[in-house]
Amino acid sequence: MKITKVAKAGTLESNDILIMVMPNESGKVELELESIVLQQFGDVIEQVILHKVKEMGVEGITIKAQDKGALDYTIGARAETAIKRAF
Amino acid sequence: MDKLRRSMLFMPGNNPGMLQDAAILGADSIILDLEDAVSLTEKDSARILVRDAIKTIDYSQVEVVVRVNPLDTEFGSQDVDVIARVKPDTLLIPKADEEEIKLVDNMLNKIEEEEGFFAGSIKIIALIETAIGLETVYDVIKASKRVVGVLLGGEDLTSDLGVKRTKEGEEIFYARNKVATACRALKVDSIDTPFTDTNDYEGLAKDTAKAKNLGLTGKSSINPRQIEIIHSVFAPTAAELKHALRVLDAMKEAEKEGKGVYSLDGKMIDAPVIKRATLTVEQGVKLGLIRDEGGAK
Repeated sequence: MKITKVAKAGTLESNDILIMVMPNESGKVELELESIVLQQFGDVIEQVILHKVKEMGVEGITIKAQDKGALDYTIGARAETAIKRAF
Repeated sequence: MDKLRRSMLFMPGNNPGMLQDAAILGADSIILDLEDAVSLTEKDSARILVRDAIKTIDYSQVEVVVRVNPLDTEFGSQDVDVIARVKPDTLLIPKADEEEIKLVDNMLNKIEEEEGFFAGSIKIIALIETAIGLETVYDVIKASKRVVGVLLGGEDLTSDLGVKRTKEGEEIFYARNKVATACRALKVDSIDTPFTDTNDYEGLAKDTAKAKNLGLTGKSSINPRQIEIIHSVFAPTAAELKHALRVLDAMKEAEKEGKGVYSLDGKMIDAPVIKRATLTVEQGVKLGLIRDEGGAK
């Protein structure tokens, strides 16, 4: 499934994550992550986002995420919202 | 009235930090709010966040209540459909009337069947905040067996009545009486409207005592700092507990002697006094102030 527009969800408040998604022509999933805990949890945050993208069957998507210490449930919820808004 | 609902704390549904901390703030119930605390553009985001919070976070013994949007908005039905599938303890239905409660009840019947939940396991609290809701509150409660309580929404109610909301609360005197009486008649909880000045603790204590004295059984709050005061007002005092235990002890003695009416300290003790004493002791047991058999802890 492809997204058709740019959309975002979340905030830059503590415990939250701002996720922006946009369609790309490569057909691949591209992810750029900034996080205040990148060294400790960067891999896990990426996994949660990529898992959500896969679960929703999305291809050709570029994701930019700015994390402010969100827990997994918040990361998943914000990714899902951004993707749904982009259809 | 199995669950103790002295305090119900509103938490904004689109704030991850607050959703995470909600369980440790000391309230008997937390209300994860999808309605007034969430802007129109974030309704979808909050719904998904609250759904995932309920799936993930251990709220332990705290009752998880979700305030959905009114059913006559484009968000209400989606809220019920998405949130009920992760089985919150209770849904708080805004601007409740008889028809709306029946509608939610039917939706929950269907969802519980589809998800394999025990029928009737998701409860309802009716938010009474319109003149029509208030005047028909008895029927609203009777509209579904799921209804375990009523929350009085003073701000919206006074707006609907076209009167000014004041700190003293005289304008909701009738509403508090009406809700307390209907709830007592049908044996469900009656929860008072929040006290909105979060820096006035004395005012909060007075307002809570006023609600308690009119028969309401709990109070909602909008700030965790209000919870301790609310609990202290709703807990029976040591003197009240002692007196209640003495009433019940004297009743047992009177029963042995075959007396219907008896006296304690020169005052007549009859059925209503015994009932009040029983309720006080029950609350003391629930709060862990006394043991089940009635002995002091």
